[in-house]
Amino acid sequence: MVMSQTKEAFTNAQPLEDDIAVSVRGVSKNYGDVEALKNMSLEFPRGQLTSLLGPSGCGKTTLLKIIAGLLDADTGEILVNGKPVSGPGPDRAFVFQDFALLPWASVMRNVAFGLELRGVAKSEREDKAAKYIKDVGLQGFEGAYPHELSGGMRQRVGLARALSVDSKVLLLDEPFSAVDEQTRRKFQEDLLALVANENKTFIFVTHSIEEAVYCSDQIALLLPRPSRVHEIIRPNIDRSKGVEHIRREPEYLDIVDQIWASLRAYVE
Amino acid sequence: MKHRSLYLKVLSALLVFGAWEIAGRIPVSYAFPTFFESMASLARMTFDGTIFVAYAETLKPLIIGVAISTFLGIGFGLWIGLSERFEWLFSPIFIVMQAAPLAALIPLLVMAYGIGLTSKVFVVCIMAMPVIVLSTSSAVRNTPASMKEMARSFLAKDHDVLLKIIVPAASPVIFSGLRLGVSAGFIGAILSELKITPTGVGDIISYSRSIADYPSMYAAIFSIILLAVLFLNLLEKIENILFKGNDRGYVTD
Repeated sequence: MVMSQTKEAFTNAQPLEDDIAVSVRGVSKNYGDVEALKNMSLEFPRGQLTSLLGPSGCGKTTLLKIIAGLLDADTGEILVNGKPVSGPGPDRAFVFQDFALLPWASVMRNVAFGLELRGVAKSEREDKAAKYIKDVGLQGFEGAYPHELSGGMRQRVGLARALSVDSKVLLLDEPFSAVDEQTRRKFQEDLLALVANENKTFIFVTHSIEEAVYCSDQIALLLPRPSRVHEIIRPNIDRSKGVEHIRREPEYLDIVDQIWASLRAYVE
Repeated sequence: MKHRSLYLKVLSALLVFGAWEIAGRIPVSYAFPTFFESMASLARMTFDGTIFVAYAETLKPLIIGVAISTFLGIGFGLWIGLSERFEWLFSPIFIVMQAAPLAALIPLLVMAYGIGLTSKVFVVCIMAMPVIVLSTSSAVRNTPASMKEMARSFLAKDHDVLLKIIVPAASPVIFSGLRLGVSAGFIGAILSELKITPTGVGDIISYSRSIADYPSMYAAIFSIILLAVLFLNLLEKIENILFKGNDRGYVTD
């Protein structure tokens, strides 16, 4: 099911206010003369995974960082659970493209770092961190340092760190772009399980069409010059048959083709 | 692995001392004693206590100067690294300090501060501080932006970012600046004793040179180098204790 983002369609498709975890309203951002975002509006349904997909330069990472509160918007506002955002907050956690782990800290301290900054006592935060280290499959590596881990394992540490602070919104900035293809596929499967099991809202920046269609409940297709939301796509792929069937679904293949048709003109 | 590095250290010491012994025996110069003559002198000075009396004098300006340079240097370095305005204000001073021909400035220092401890401490500081300040500030400025961003996104306050991100991230470069600064401080301490008033180890060096007792002169020089190497090793141990994950195997010894 595909809707073009005309005004009526948008109002019709808009779910109930309660079901929106994050909403972006008329956000603009300029870097000097460069328009990174222009009057962008978007809604992120609660408990679902929404991808921001687009060619480089379409402002998807900028938008994510504005939602995170790491950048200020020039105009417009971000509402998380109905409250306007004015900086980083406990309701959002970020997973970084380059992992952003502390090289001098063990896996345990890295995962517990978010809790450490919140002033959680050491034994409590380490108990919590140990649980998430186990969840992401890094049990036994608690004492290892990041330089001893592979790229995929490092990102698992980044993911565990974001999960351990128990935020309702998880922001992922191209989290799998720096890991190899096989690890990436495993990650995507794990991500689907995570969306299904954790009651969290995921906002996921990616430049991979297949990845977006594979993982997302909703895809916001962004286009550059000027930066805008071109289309909201809600893939209705039947995921009940198991993750290994997703890539064979006709719906999956159609949407991948359709997105590529929209994007190809913008790829130089 | 550990044993091999020990063997290599012993081997390199043997090579250097062997070359010294041979050069002394040829001799390359009448004023160049052999290794064993120098060590005999060192032993004699150790047993009659002269060397300890001398170090009691030399270590005063050295320790005061190095301590001041470390604390002020790292403090200034952090400040310069964090604030662009402060960098404009202060960084030229340290660059000038680093480039200045110190020996030529010593008469000025003596005119201003006399021939006592103060001048000597100044010489040590001028030698040691600039490199500490400049390496600290550049390390602070080069803290990976994504780490600071990560800390902010997980609700770090400004002091958290400074203490938990910037300082540990900068610490390898700060410590390498400290190593360079401390070695320069040793040079400064001896220089001040040779150029201002002959006391301590500087006195042994200049006195034994004036009476042509070259083995004693080289023994004194050797002892100060040995002390500097030991001190640098201590510094590395401190670094490894303070910042465990930084230990990726660089050596100063």
